[in-house]
Amino acid sequence: MSEKKIRVLIAKPGLDGHDRGAKVVARALRDAGFEVIYTGLRQTPEQIVAAAIAEDVDAVGLSLLSGAHNYLFPRVIELLREQGADDILVFGGGVIPEEDIPGLKKAGVAEIFTPGTPTSETVKFLRERCGDKQ
Amino acid sequence: MNRDWGALLTRARAGDKRAVARLISGVEEGGGTARTVLDQVWPQTGHARVFGITGPPGAGKSTLTDALTKCWRQAGLRVGILAVDPTSPFTGGAILGDRVRMGDLTLDEGVFIRSMGTRGRLGGLSPASSGAIHILDACGYDLILVETVGVGQSEVAVVETADVVLVLTVPGLGDDVQAIKAGILEIGDLFAVNKADRPGADRTANELRTMLTLGETEKRDLPVLLVSAAQNQGVAELCQAMEQRFSQLEGSGELARRRELRLRSELLTQIRDGMERRLLDPLLEGADFQQAMERFQARQGSPYQWAEEFVRHINMGGSG
Repeated sequence: MSEKKIRVLIAKPGLDGHDRGAKVVARALRDAGFEVIYTGLRQTPEQIVAAAIAEDVDAVGLSLLSGAHNYLFPRVIELLREQGADDILVFGGGVIPEEDIPGLKKAGVAEIFTPGTPTSETVKFLRERCGDKQ
Repeated sequence: MNRDWGALLTRARAGDKRAVARLISGVEEGGGTARTVLDQVWPQTGHARVFGITGPPGAGKSTLTDALTKCWRQAGLRVGILAVDPTSPFTGGAILGDRVRMGDLTLDEGVFIRSMGTRGRLGGLSPASSGAIHILDACGYDLILVETVGVGQSEVAVVETADVVLVLTVPGLGDDVQAIKAGILEIGDLFAVNKADRPGADRTANELRTMLTLGETEKRDLPVLLVSAAQNQGVAELCQAMEQRFSQLEGSGELARRRELRLRSELLTQIRDGMERRLLDPLLEGADFQQAMERFQARQGSPYQWAEEFVRHINMGGSG
């Protein structure tokens, strides 16, 4: 047995309780053969980063629908950087207005997948970015 | 992947969780990497107590793991948790969701949680579970909790991995005939009925006790406790009962026997793998085997006859 599996943490930062989108993505990644660590609702950026590190994931997917993305997404990236774990890819999804996307990318979010994105696109993106990292 | 595993281990033992995580990924990768990691880690192992928690899906294993861990943290112990969830046999993917119940532990410096997929292994654990236990052990976690996948009736691999096995069940899963069937109920060193706030919990506990009295004398008095992990009721008592079971097994010499068996089986697995690689691989590539296959397929010679033929010609003592 010698296989390198892509491991992804799917997390819900912030206070909204809508996790259907996060679950749809988690399920799609599972079906693509990834190992998906799902941490549940209302996680602080500190919790998300600690979990990402202990699970040694290749990527963290953040789902947020409450509007706090401009604070919470960059905060996760900042904490990863502080812990020397900025090689972990961060992507996001949820209700993110178009005009916020450039700012988030500038802060280090690799990609934002807004509602209506086919899950196959997320899978393809992660395969390209994480698949041949080793 | 080439890493300086020795340096990683030094960092991991100094409390760097990223390094611990990397070492576990190393054993999960398998092959030569797993070997290199274990070569480094092995001399530092053999100190931790390993508790297994098993039971059907939805019994509350993760919630209980969370509650028990808090209990041991209060006693100042460092706790490592391995939480196993099923890998899809169809896609190889997995949703590892045990952390959902352990959010409070995430930021505790003295707790390390790792989720693992079963990755094709039957029995309720992952192929890398024992390697991961050795790593947590070497990194100074005093107590390691291994939470199996939600098991049915026959996934008992945890018994080969843990010092003490807790079988967790819930009310309403079946009658007393279920309780005397072979399988996971045979491996319990102690039992707990979770969701004890629900109707029927007492009855389930009594059925378990009755089941135990029908069996071997030394198992007749095994503890059966009622808990409600989500309400944190009965957890301290369970914690204590688990420690007591450990001490009993230690005192009776049973623990030493189990640990010896476990190490023996770990060694045998490696010897078997090594023999297979060294003896079988060249055989399968050889022309003799191809010719034999042709005749065998034409129904000349039974599988036993051919096996005997090949085994007789294997060069056991050669340079390989």
